[in-house]
Amino acid sequence: MSQRLVELEVLRFNPETDAEPTFQRYAVECPEEWVVLDALNHIKETVDPTLSYRWSCHMAVCGSCGMMINGEPKLSCKSFLRDYEGVIRVEPLAHFPIQRDLVTVIDDFVTKLKRVKPYLVAGEARPVEAGEYRQTPAQLKTYKQYTLCINCMLCYAACPEYGLEPKFIGPAAISLAHRYNLDSRDAGREARQQEIAATEGVWECSFVGACSEVCPEHVDPAGALQQVKIKSTLDWFREHLMPWRRT
Amino acid sequence: MTVKPYVRAVPRYTWFLAHSRYLRYITREVTCVFIGAYAFLMLVGLKRLAEGREAWEAFVQALASPASLVFHVAVLAFALYHTTSWFNVTPKAMPIQLGDGFVPGRVIVGAHYAIWIVLSLAVLILAGVF
Repeated sequence: MSQRLVELEVLRFNPETDAEPTFQRYAVECPEEWVVLDALNHIKETVDPTLSYRWSCHMAVCGSCGMMINGEPKLSCKSFLRDYEGVIRVEPLAHFPIQRDLVTVIDDFVTKLKRVKPYLVAGEARPVEAGEYRQTPAQLKTYKQYTLCINCMLCYAACPEYGLEPKFIGPAAISLAHRYNLDSRDAGREARQQEIAATEGVWECSFVGACSEVCPEHVDPAGALQQVKIKSTLDWFREHLMPWRRT
Repeated sequence: MTVKPYVRAVPRYTWFLAHSRYLRYITREVTCVFIGAYAFLMLVGLKRLAEGREAWEAFVQALASPASLVFHVAVLAFALYHTTSWFNVTPKAMPIQLGDGFVPGRVIVGAHYAIWIVLSLAVLILAGVF
């Protein structure tokens, strides 16, 4: 394996001693095949054990290791060192408060995720004997793309609307709400609409499209949000122009 | 939590300079100003038409001025960017599912361009260009 001297410029912040974050530079020999997360692990193990960051699976599934790498929201486990030249700048995910170094406070996202009820809401209780809730391949296909979200929050770091208006429910949570709304087994749309069809929901989105561009799982949250806008608009017309058809 | 997290402020008026994709977005949004300006110009034209032959001919003459030509070229460029940038994102907003698959995005975008061309030709024919 060929080695290369990699220079990382990492944003550091210790809430107990620092008034504001500062960059710290590390230079480490790394194999070309490594990803940024490997380099951070190497630094933590051999150079600076105080460096803090989140990670878990190292295979783009857990969604923990999102960071800004050269200003772009990325999963550090999926960002190969060989794709970068010069000093690699590593910062915590944008638009989230910094807890320590590369660790952000994600409570806001978790709260919003709960608000949109990201789970199947059954219409009417069925006895176990009634069997499974069956679904055709076409019904599965309708929402399958949105099931790939790993809650990594890269879309929130890319979304300027979320940066400017933190009340915005945001791309991932609304996409997950859309995923369950599209599910033929679900009956929870009306409850979710209270959250996502509101001002702080889809109407805060101006279709920048950055969320879809950075999504590591190609979920296309921007598409989901526009579809929710269209359906919510149709709801409005139905309610105001055709009250007899209200369901 | 006993310690206060650090909050990085987003610059309210210059945030779109932070990334090329934000600049692309703001350009798309700014195009509406030019579309609006042209719509206003058409309203002025209608008013002049209603005022009679003299007012209309003065309006047509004003349209031939160099400043007006520059304005029209700029508006055309922004209108094209406005149209293409919105057409290209239509498959996101209006996906069409047929059975187990989705209609390819390029078909949806292509349909928009086709309708655009047909409508433009219809307008030109009605205007007696051909």
